[in-house]
Amino acid sequence: MRPGAKADLGSQPSASRRDFLKGAGVIGAGLIVGFNIGADGRAVAATGDLVANPFVIIAPDGAVTVLSKHIEFGQGTYTGLATIVAEELDADWSQVKVEAAPADASKYNNFEFGPVQGTGGSTAMANSWEQLRKAGATARALLVAAAAKTWKVPAAEIAVQKGVVTHAKSGKSAKFGELVAVAATLTPPSDAPLKDPKNFTLIGTTIPRVDGRAKLDGSAVFTIDVKRERLLTALLQRPPLFGATVKSFDATAAKAVKGVVDVVQTPHGVAVLANGFWAAKNGRDALTVEWDDSKAEKRGSAEILAEYKELLKKPGVPVSENRGDVDSAFGDALEAFLDDKKATTENKGDADAGLRSAVKVVGGVFEFPFLAHAPMEPLDCVVELSPGKCEIWAGSQIQTLDQINAARVAGLKPEEVVIHTLMAGGSFGRRATPNSDVVAEAVAIAKVIDGRAPIKLVWTREDDIAGGRYRPIFMHEVRAGLDKDGKIVAWKQRIVGQSFIKGTAFEGMLIKNGVDVTSVEGANNLPYDIPNFYVDLHTTNVGVPTLWWRSVGSTHTAYSAETVMDELAEAAGVDPVEFRLKLLGENHKRHAAVLKLVAEKSGWGSPLPEGVARGVALHESFKSYVAQVAEVRIVEGRVKVDRVVCAVDCGVPINPDIIAAQMEGGIGFGLGAVLFDAVTLKDGQVEQSNFHDYIPLRIGDMPKVEVHVMPSAEKPTGVGEPGVPPIGPAVANAVYKLTGKRVRSLPFSLTEFGRV
Amino acid sequence: MINITVNGRDMSVAADPDTPLLWVLRDEIGLMGTKYGCGVQQCGACRVHIDGELTPACGVAIGDLQGKSIVTIEGLSGKVAEAVVAAWDKHQVVQCGYCQSGQIMAAAALLTKNPKPTDAEIDLDENMGRNVCRCATYHRIRAAIHDAAKTLEG
Repeated sequence: MRPGAKADLGSQPSASRRDFLKGAGVIGAGLIVGFNIGADGRAVAATGDLVANPFVIIAPDGAVTVLSKHIEFGQGTYTGLATIVAEELDADWSQVKVEAAPADASKYNNFEFGPVQGTGGSTAMANSWEQLRKAGATARALLVAAAAKTWKVPAAEIAVQKGVVTHAKSGKSAKFGELVAVAATLTPPSDAPLKDPKNFTLIGTTIPRVDGRAKLDGSAVFTIDVKRERLLTALLQRPPLFGATVKSFDATAAKAVKGVVDVVQTPHGVAVLANGFWAAKNGRDALTVEWDDSKAEKRGSAEILAEYKELLKKPGVPVSENRGDVDSAFGDALEAFLDDKKATTENKGDADAGLRSAVKVVGGVFEFPFLAHAPMEPLDCVVELSPGKCEIWAGSQIQTLDQINAARVAGLKPEEVVIHTLMAGGSFGRRATPNSDVVAEAVAIAKVIDGRAPIKLVWTREDDIAGGRYRPIFMHEVRAGLDKDGKIVAWKQRIVGQSFIKGTAFEGMLIKNGVDVTSVEGANNLPYDIPNFYVDLHTTNVGVPTLWWRSVGSTHTAYSAETVMDELAEAAGVDPVEFRLKLLGENHKRHAAVLKLVAEKSGWGSPLPEGVARGVALHESFKSYVAQVAEVRIVEGRVKVDRVVCAVDCGVPINPDIIAAQMEGGIGFGLGAVLFDAVTLKDGQVEQSNFHDYIPLRIGDMPKVEVHVMPSAEKPTGVGEPGVPPIGPAVANAVYKLTGKRVRSLPFSLTEFGRV
Repeated sequence: MINITVNGRDMSVAADPDTPLLWVLRDEIGLMGTKYGCGVQQCGACRVHIDGELTPACGVAIGDLQGKSIVTIEGLSGKVAEAVVAAWDKHQVVQCGYCQSGQIMAAAALLTKNPKPTDAEIDLDENMGRNVCRCATYHRIRAAIHDAAKTLEG
């Protein structure tokens, strides 16, 4: 998902320290010793611990627990957040551990989401940076004050290093744990100073992941691994068509399956509850359900695309970044695509005769399919209902909405919903649903059986691939023109697709003047100097549920933008890197810097073996700047990417190795999608079901990846998503060099390349 | 009752003979390190060693395993396993981590029979080619396997 505009509510990271402490809530005037921080009753802090603030707990044995308000599902969030705290605290890294914070938006909201606790939009580091630096510095100041009081020396003479507090003059020193009891009696100093970044010892270094070891020996606990007494596994039979509902069902055969305990109807379908997954699956296979599909979506992908093609001929809702007069700039070269706009806007201007006669137009129509997220851990949720309480174990990505939606289903108050946020086996956006689809399904099942047993709802892989919440189908038409000097004079783009924001809690934040920001981001904010610029959007109504998919709008807008830029460069007869650099100008220095760096590191322009070509792409998303160069071959008609060089500027690199890992992973995730992936529908039914026909990237198709991280003093920005957008267009631009084909319909596997 | 050995321990299992080993391990024995990813032998998340052979636990029925010895991620041990885990740690391979039990089981099986695999051998389906990682940690998996091979060379 994406950060979007800030909502009006909620505390801001720039708030004063006093506000910060007040917002923190648990401290008040002094410290609370042994405060049981978990709203869930789970004792994160034990008696005798120093709860310095909602993010830092120090135990008498010196262990420092950092509470993470963000979920860890692969992006290294736990490690990055703990690094920020440990840096300002001057902790001994070997004593730092991380726990998931409870679901409590009053303390743990994401500043980018306003009053909502949640993870997404590559915001974890960006929105925690100041908050956790202050949290670490405040805790450090408390320990220093405790030492000063104990030793009767001035605090200013005290130094802290690697979990040890020392006073050089008196030769006294103490480990953190020894100061906890005294620190707990003190009022936090009001102005704990932050470090000068030049004194950072942890930030900017490669620290091994805190979740790394548990993921090597099978001991890491994901939702699917949760054990509870009397737990029943639930599989839900959902309608075969989106929007259909249960008419009737016969559970006789299902109930006869050994291990099946119950079969119940819920608002979402028919649930089979059993002792274990296998019995639940066999029970579900034995179900007979009759569906009412009178309100279901019955169109196939072909019909949807045909409708979108028609919409390309009609004007959409213009974005606010439009400027100049594209129609006049294009002149007569593009009558069909321009006439509609001439008819509907007043901004015709005077046609420039010279421009009109000189224009050279490139571009075309792009088609992007539905894409499934397919995280390795299938969707799942454990629910235990008891009077006045709903306890949930899940890879909860937006805890506050999960609380609200679970409460609604359970008939409770949101604060009566306790969420244990577990590490999740990937998400890529799928676990962040505004309606908490999986959580709501699980709570509904628990409610139907009156909470008489804890239930673990598991989606099979087939449920996942055919279950919707896809990256929407998008269609773009892009036309861009050059004047006789090879300078871009106009860019016009029409985008057609579904909005997954409309009708959700995010509508107020992300739909501006009728334009869903997530549909046009990456298209409306091109960094290039283009005098006449126009983008508009058709938001369509299709009954297939859709959702943000790792890097959201940029999954398609970067592709059309950066492949058309390549066409323009070719038409102008200029090297694609040079062409972009010239158009980036003085206002886009960070874009230009990563592009120059990737060109240098990839050996851009140097000779390549026969049959290999390079392609380049540049894209900003989630406030990070990424440029990639792909080296590509065609092998037996298939696109094969040998090597990708990537340059990224994401502000202060908190952990360069994790940043590199996210770029590598983003490249692999994006590459798999552009090479192979599409969810298609026929008569409303999804045609793919598992990894044999929704093909994930496998090791043999993973290129060598080299990542170069820009040094920076800017505030840190996203890394989970920004690696994804450039890979598709970088590969496409190389494929064009090899084959002469401009691939505008994804995935690449739709195009025949033959032998090159 | 079906008698099997799991991670060196003898046990008797009362499950229906057609139950896949995966669900016996997870739901009856309680060993959660072996993961469900697809259920159709397409992703490798549930790969275990059965009498030393790399096998997807979702694709083998417990009834066919009478007298067999099964090793899961929880019981993986020995020189090769140590080299693999150390290399995984050194290269900071994991991201979400969900597929990594299966990746490590596959890598350990590969290096046991082929101490110095080439890239092409690593990519084969019977080696690492079936193991899906949606975080795409493949680049580091490859490096870690080569590194572990070097360690084992001595």
